[in-house]
Amino acid sequence: MRWIRIKYTKWYNILKDGISKNNPIVVAVLGICSALAVTNRVENAIAMGLGVTFVVMASSLMISLIRNFIPAKVRMVTYMVVISTFVILFQMFLEAYFPSIAKALGAYVGLIITNCIVMGRAEAFAAKNPVKYSIIDGFASGMGYMLVLVLVASVREILAFGTFLNMNVTPDSWVNWTVMAMAPGGFFVLGLFIWGIRELIKHYETA
Amino acid sequence: MGNLIELLLASILNHNIALVYILGMCPLIAISTNVKNAKGMGLAVVFVVTITGIINWPIYALLKSTGTTNLSLLVFIITIAATVQFLEMFLERFIPKLYNAFGIFLPLITVNCVVLAVSLFFVNREYTFAETAVFSFGSAVGWMLAIILVAGIREKMKRQSDVPRGLVGKGIVFIILGILALAFIGFTGIANI
Repeated sequence: MRWIRIKYTKWYNILKDGISKNNPIVVAVLGICSALAVTNRVENAIAMGLGVTFVVMASSLMISLIRNFIPAKVRMVTYMVVISTFVILFQMFLEAYFPSIAKALGAYVGLIITNCIVMGRAEAFAAKNPVKYSIIDGFASGMGYMLVLVLVASVREILAFGTFLNMNVTPDSWVNWTVMAMAPGGFFVLGLFIWGIRELIKHYETA
Repeated sequence: MGNLIELLLASILNHNIALVYILGMCPLIAISTNVKNAKGMGLAVVFVVTITGIINWPIYALLKSTGTTNLSLLVFIITIAATVQFLEMFLERFIPKLYNAFGIFLPLITVNCVVLAVSLFFVNREYTFAETAVFSFGSAVGWMLAIILVAGIREKMKRQSDVPRGLVGKGIVFIILGILALAFIGFTGIANI
């Protein structure tokens, strides 16, 4: 019975929307650059997902804290400075503790700054809502993002290298499908993925 | 000189920043609904990316000489935002014709990751000043090429294709991009970076 009570709180709704109904990639098609570029291996996808989650949560917290003091005219620049500070923190952390992943991600870690998800959540949610909900919203968006990243990366890594998290999962006769590790593979897998999910949740665009 | 020409070709074709490095996707998908808008956005990107690349190079050299390269991300993004803002005011005042042509696209460019990516790439690859200028220009032209190609295909598709309803809109753009990216892989070997 306790579960039902949790189910109708604002917390639960924000969390659920971030992962399914407002999923940044599938529904809003935001943050695609990094989603495609880093998903050739699962470990890169996890690192990127965690990085984005951290940056969205931290910058939502920060922006929500100072939301009443930011003049409307310079708010974009303020968001940029807050976001890039946390991105630099994450970059230094990766370089110190996971140098091989930092090398594989390369410039894409820095590009979290221009990931529209972070800016989008700051503008659409954190600038108007109290701190505790902003953190949950940031967490949910980050998790929704990471979920898609890891799924796409699993498909691509298995097809392109025959491995999953660097463990061999395919028979010896497996022929690596190299194009899956390159840009076209990313486009196709994500395109089909969006198609599948939209059929599942019955979200159609009229264009 | 030959080196620079090779770099220009490579950054437009086989190292195309949109179709090979997958950057600048958000605006590419959002604005590629018709060729006219795609052209406006493309021109604005060429303009801004070339200028910010040229401005960021000496700034990075300054950061390097003072040993504060950790701050480069923060400095780059501020330079970019400031340059875009300045360009907007400058064009509005002195070249209103160009300003009207760019319209709403100019402010949108701050969040186009191509701009920041070009600055980060020249740092990673340790380009000289001339190489940076050529690479910035080439990458931006490559991006413009990609958005105009996608917009042309989407315009045609809107009239005569029967797209499955789950793919209508943004979904089908990924399939178009995938096929274009396959085609651009065919340029491999034309030039090296």
